[in-house]
Amino acid sequence: MSAGHRLAHEDPPWIRALVLGVVAAFLVLVLLLPMAAVFVEALRKGLGPAMEAIGNPDARAAIRLTLITAAITVPFNAVFGVCAAWAVAKHSFPGKAFLITLIDLPFSVSPVVAGLIYVLIFGAQGWMGEWLIEHDIKIIFALPGIALATIFVTFPFVARELIPLMQEQGVDEEEAAISMGASGLRTFWSVTAPNIRWGLLYGVLLCNARAMGEFGAVSVVSGHIRGLTNTMPLHIEILYNEYDFVGAFSVAALLCLLAVVTLVLKTLLEIVQPPTRRLGH
Amino acid sequence: MTISIRSVAKTFGRFPALNGVSLEIADGELLALLGPSGSGKTTLLRAIAGLEFPDKGQIFFDDRDMTYASAAARRVGFVFQQYALFRHMSVAKNIAFGLDVRKGPAKPPRAEIQRRVDELLRLVELTDLGKRFPNQLSGGQRQRVALARALAVGPSVLLLDEPFGALDATVRKSLRRELRRIHDATGVTTIFVTHDQEEALGLADRVAILNHGVIEQVGTPQQVHDEPRSAFVAGFVGEANCIPGAVSGGRFTGGDLSLSAAGVGDGPGVAYVRPHQFSRSRAEGVDLTVRRITPEGPVVRLEGVTTGGQSLEAAFSREAAADVAPGRSIKLGIDRAYIFSA
Repeated sequence: MSAGHRLAHEDPPWIRALVLGVVAAFLVLVLLLPMAAVFVEALRKGLGPAMEAIGNPDARAAIRLTLITAAITVPFNAVFGVCAAWAVAKHSFPGKAFLITLIDLPFSVSPVVAGLIYVLIFGAQGWMGEWLIEHDIKIIFALPGIALATIFVTFPFVARELIPLMQEQGVDEEEAAISMGASGLRTFWSVTAPNIRWGLLYGVLLCNARAMGEFGAVSVVSGHIRGLTNTMPLHIEILYNEYDFVGAFSVAALLCLLAVVTLVLKTLLEIVQPPTRRLGH
Repeated sequence: MTISIRSVAKTFGRFPALNGVSLEIADGELLALLGPSGSGKTTLLRAIAGLEFPDKGQIFFDDRDMTYASAAARRVGFVFQQYALFRHMSVAKNIAFGLDVRKGPAKPPRAEIQRRVDELLRLVELTDLGKRFPNQLSGGQRQRVALARALAVGPSVLLLDEPFGALDATVRKSLRRELRRIHDATGVTTIFVTHDQEEALGLADRVAILNHGVIEQVGTPQQVHDEPRSAFVAGFVGEANCIPGAVSGGRFTGGDLSLSAAGVGDGPGVAYVRPHQFSRSRAEGVDLTVRRITPEGPVVRLEGVTTGGQSLEAAFSREAAADVAPGRSIKLGIDRAYIFSA
């Protein structure tokens, strides 16, 4: 960069190089190296044993359970997130600030505590334990508990993505639609939904990534029954504790790949997102 | 359609936005709601549209009580301050929206909607832009689209909130003429909100002036300008020198000014004198030491201070002020003043 083009707010080149260097080094050390290590460890004995570890019935059950959990959690939180964001951004009511704080709760509460809450409510010794046993309903140590815990941990993602977006968009377009005779539902589908669809997709992807990777809360409610209530992160931990490193890292590599695919989709979304979304003044 | 607003009041929290407003709007009229920000003019407009509901009072469309009717049921066309165009829809889709959302037999066939959209695009002179998206349009073009969209449903009344607020001066002027043309062509009762008196006086048939949630005066532009009925209107509409003083026995005294104030009660008072209501006088009047002279088209503006220390601004034709120079003292007569109890 020539001195003539230097802008007032730019720092000297050596400072920028230093800051950039620190960031790059940090990313390599904390993100890229461990990710690479996962794949290196998985393939240490070649592709065969790695595929075998993934093909193992327990591993397959864990993959299936993870996908099912995500399939339950994501739609639920997408609907909840849209409702919550709509309520918060387009309306004013007493207790609104409190609701926004509540939505953030899962971000601040340790996932383990979240899991414990469900054990306390639905566990055999919990508040509803006896009633549940009498009626032969399994929540803890079963899919419903795992889904509940995952929903708790991931529910802020969609809402948090949409609230600022909807607040910025305001209610003018909705009011315009209503003044032209559109019903509330029609207004939502024709005006609100198209305006938030990209933000919604983005939130859904983040929510999905977290739902598949959740460990703490699920660990508390799952019971770690192999082939039944182990999700992928739990399965990885068990394999690792049994010194089956190739197995552990192979499943871990698969989980990493799912995450990478999510992030690639997210990036694609950002590129594809048409420039017509924004209405400048 | 005539609109009748009867003692409408509306409070937001503890802030009274409207304080018992009554107003009659004649069929086919173009009315301006003029007032400073916070005067309640937008709240009144939104109450007529059904986007806000009054706490007290009634709103009649012809002889139907619409006070609590939904916005959809009122068939109003509303143009928002920031236009509120649907950003993901083309211009044509935006304009067609009000017809597209109709259900069953009320929904016109597609060809009919298309014909109506084309007609409206022609009316607002955007014939070839139907396929564009709002963000591909200039501010003035967006405004026209918003206008066309509001007119598409064949509204019984057209409501505009600060319609030219977000536009630059030249576009503003041409769109103002445009709105007048469209109003005259469609004959639809039109109410617009503005804080710009030039806009209100230049465009409307009648102007309603609001302040602190009440209507101070309603009248033709000439009436509110030349016959202000309150101190607020005198000060807000047009330019005026504001001279504080006192009224005693039908005479107003403020500094070295003394004016006849028939019909104004005794006590503290205030006089408003417009710059053009001064005259060059030789005999009686106040002495003004001229500080500054600004030519403005056919007139010359004089700023100065009276012997009593009152700053005044006067406007004279160039001939009448040919002999005036900064620093000189001239004698001013007052042809007319608006005097109110303070």
